[in-house]
Order: sequence, then C-alpha cells, then structure tokens
Amino acid sequence: MKITEEMVDYVSILSRLKLPEEEKAKMTGELEQIVSYMDVLARLDTSEIEPMSHVFPVRNVFRADEVVPSYSRAELLKNAPVPDKEAFLVPKTVE
Amino acid sequence: MTWEMVIGLETHVELATKTKIFCSCTTEFGGAPNTHCCPVCTGMPGTLPVLNEKVLEYAVKTGLALNCEITRYNKFDRKNYFYPDLPKAYQISQLYLPIARHGAVPICTESGVEKDIRIHEMHMEEDAGKLVHDPWIDQTRADYNRCGVPLIEIVTEPDFRSAEEVIAYLEKLRSTLQYLGVSDCKMQEGSLRCDVNLSVRPAGTEEFGTRTEMKNINSFKAITRAIEYEARRQTELIEEGKRVVQETRRWDENKDATFTMRSKENAQDYRYFPEPDIPPIEITEEYLDRRRAELPEMAEEKMIRYQAEYSLPAYDAEMITGQRALADFFEETVALGAPAKEVANWIMGQIMRQLSAQGMEAKDMTFTPKTMARLIALVSGGTLNRNTAVKVFDAVFMDDGDVDAYVKEHGLEQVSDAGLVNTAVEEVFAANPKSIEDFKSGKEKAFGFLMGQTMQKLKGKADPKVVNAAIRSKLGQM
Repeated sequence: MKITEEMVDYVSILSRLKLPEEEKAKMTGELEQIVSYMDVLARLDTSEIEPMSHVFPVRNVFRADEVVPSYSRAELLKNAPVPDKEAFLVPKTVE
Repeated sequence: MTWEMVIGLETHVELATKTKIFCSCTTEFGGAPNTHCCPVCTGMPGTLPVLNEKVLEYAVKTGLALNCEITRYNKFDRKNYFYPDLPKAYQISQLYLPIARHGAVPICTESGVEKDIRIHEMHMEEDAGKLVHDPWIDQTRADYNRCGVPLIEIVTEPDFRSAEEVIAYLEKLRSTLQYLGVSDCKMQEGSLRCDVNLSVRPAGTEEFGTRTEMKNINSFKAITRAIEYEARRQTELIEEGKRVVQETRRWDENKDATFTMRSKENAQDYRYFPEPDIPPIEITEEYLDRRRAELPEMAEEKMIRYQAEYSLPAYDAEMITGQRALADFFEETVALGAPAKEVANWIMGQIMRQLSAQGMEAKDMTFTPKTMARLIALVSGGTLNRNTAVKVFDAVFMDDGDVDAYVKEHGLEQVSDAGLVNTAVEEVFAANPKSIEDFKSGKEKAFGFLMGQTMQKLKGKADPKVVNAAIRSKLGQM
C-alpha cells in the first residue's frame, strides 16, 4: 500500500500532532515500510483461519467491585505538563 | 402534506457499581476534582485496566430484561479519539461484539399507542471526564473523577414516531433499570443521558429522510421540546425546498432551539481495533442462568400481583409500580399491617404531592414505611381525623419525625368525647340562630356553615362524622 503525504497529514490531525515538513517526509517513508509488511502477510491464504484478537489464550479476567483508596492527587498532577492545584489544564476545548 | 418523524435513541446509562469499570477508584458522584483517580483512569502509560465483574453482571441482567440475545463471546474495542476528556486518547468500548443484541421493549403511550421498540444493540464502555472552561485563565480544567465510570449504551432501531413514544420508552427503561438496581438513573446528575437521532418523511412513505443527531439532552421535558423543535425545523427546510444536512446539533434549553455544533475536525474516524489490554469474555450457560435467577419481580408482574393480591384498582397498581422505590415502600408498609388500599391512597395522594413539592425523587425519600404505618394506624384507631393526619404527615415527611410525639406535643388527638362535641354544637347554635332558621326553610347550605363553625370551635380535631351526627340530631330535635 502506498502512503501519501496527505495520509500522514490526516493521521496527524486525528492525533493532534504537528509535524515539521522534513519529518513528514521521513514519516511517510517509515509508515510505508511498516504498511508494506502487511502486503507480505496478505499473500498468505487465511480464508480457513478464524480472526484472532488476542495473542494469549487468556479469558475472563475480572476484578471484584471493591473500592481501593484513590491515588494522591498531587502525585498524579506531577505528571501533567500544566496543572494547577486541583486539575490538569489544557487549551480551551469547550465551545 | 403530512409529515412523519422517525426517531432512534442512544441512551447512555451510568451503572451503579461501587468502583469504576477498569480500576478500583470509587464511582461516587461529585468529590473534589481529580480525587477519585489513579494511574489507570488518568491514562498513565504502562497501566493495565482490569474489568469489574459487576459491570458484566449488570450489563447481562439489563440485556436479559430488555429481551436481548446475550453475546457469548465478547471483546472490547479501542475507539481512538484525541480529546482531553479521555486522557488515554482512546475509549475502551465494544463495537464488533457488543454484549447484547436484538432486544425489544414494549411501550404503551398516554394516548394509547402500544408497540415494541426494537433494541439494536447494547454495549459496555467507560465514561469520559469533565471539562470546565475557566474564562479567567482562558484554559480548560480537566477533572477525571467521572473518567472510567462504567456505562452501558443502549441503541434502539428507528422505531419511534412521536416524542410521546420516546418518553414512554425512556420511562419504561428507567423503571426497568431501577428495578434491576443497576443504575439510579438520575438525569440531573447525568447518569441517564440521551442522544436523539431524528429525520422526517412524508407520512406513509418507507424511505428515511436525512437525519440529525441531538446530543446529551438531560430531562424528559427537554427531550420532548427538542424533538418537536427539530421535527418542525426539518419539515420547514424541506417545504422551502432546502435540504437537511446530516450533522450533530446541540439543544439549547434557554433558547428553546437546536444549533449546529462546530465539528471536531474529522473526529468521526475512530480507527477502532480490538482492545489488547482486556482479554475476551466468554459467557457460559450457567452464568446466564445465575443472572436470570437474580432478576427481580419487574413492574408488570408486580402490577398484576397488586391487583390480584391486594385488590388494588389497575390505575393504583400502575402508578405505584411505576417506580421501584414506591413499590418497595408500598410493600413494606403493607407488611407492617396497614391496609393496602389505605397505603395506596397515601402514596398516590400525599406522598406524590410532597415529592413533587420538594422536587424530590421517590428513591431519595427518607420518610419510612414504619412512620407511614403508624400514621395510618392512628387514623383507623380514631386518634387522628383525616385532615389532621395530613397536617401531621406534612410536618414529619422530610425528616421522618416521630408521629406520636408530634401529635402529643401539638395536642392533636381527635375529640370524640360526645360531651365536648355537644357543648360545641350548642354554643354554635346559640350564636347562629339565623342559620338554623335558614336550614329549616330549606337552605341546605346553612348546614355546612354550622358544621364548619363547630369544627373550628373544636380546632379541627373532631371526627367530622361525629360532629355531623351531633348537628343532625340537634336539628332534628328542633
């Protein structure tokens, strides 16, 4: 599959990434390499094979509905680029 | 030309589990911002979500109650979108194998339309956080307390033809969820939210028109108004020869109108793929049997039983079973020995009046069956007359006060002492000779006046039947 620069633009809009021009070209080439490998896989005949969503044969992993004290807010907010005392701050999103 | 509206609903319901869907943080409503959070629900890298077993139980029970087929092999999918209400940049949801499909909800509207609303599918997913814009700093604050609260989304087929049908369905759905105990369905706290998909077409035609979607309308009243507005807007557009544009519109409660929402750029491309962090879920026949056995007696069954067992009229039975909290209250009060019809009358009269006056939901009522039973016993035992009992009820309703103490403190015991009643009647007769003349000359109204005067003299505490009899007998002697 051919990856075009328009596709890279589109995906970067979806993931809110701003790519400089030179990186865009690099990304286009790298993505194409990755996606071409799918073409290799596509050559295999999979008509008789059930689609698989998970690699390990693990089923039904659950947790009991029991409250555990939440994390320290100050600790959580330490990871944010721009927090105030109570919340994560982000650019204006609400219309 | 007559136009017909075609509506489909997507309803998000917050499940009443103690903890979030993929982590052990509390789901309690409110709380200081970001205090019900952990690395999982704030989307920290390297964390592993684990499904809450209660979420699956509640979802399966709801699916069964909505007459759905339960999907035996389930998985979750990753819905990618970059928006700060979900810090992982994706929502864990179900697209390809939703937990339940092909259900039906029978409805009956106020104007008598009876039909089945088909359920297309129902899936489990996580709620998003809350964004509040702060104009002072011109930035948006993200609060993730709600992020990861379990949701089920119930999607209907486009089977509604009026706002009335939509409301009948939502009321039925709310009652079902409350009976199941899987959600408190508080619209004002956002635990039941509705998206309305609506189009119009010439009545009698088969083809669908272009639809619009209205998001997150948060009261039954607003839903009715939004539907009526949007149907009219679309009809007018078409009649003017214009086109309806497929889009998401926002209902503005204050302006009573819908508006185009600025679209998040290309946001409809969610690039779903199987969620690798949550292993598939297999539901066995035994698991389903256990959930089936746990299903409570639902509103319709109770309605039939109340008529058979307590001889309640159909109307009473329907009103009381309409909300689980009222049905529970009814059954508990009757179990304490109060006559069923009396309890029904109190619920439908005074309790509903107080609830609506206080703007309160039945499930939040603190007034107990024990207090109700005591009040009823005081009336049937002759200690209180009906009017006084209502006053006592109003006084104790909000804080479930002690009925006996209140009656005693305010000296409200009914006067049934014949001597006291007769003295009062004599005093009234002596003071109102004109009324007695009026009565004798055939003015029945004068009787009411004498009755009123005597009751007033006895401070309203007498048994009206006793007073009535005393006046009749005295007039008869004259």
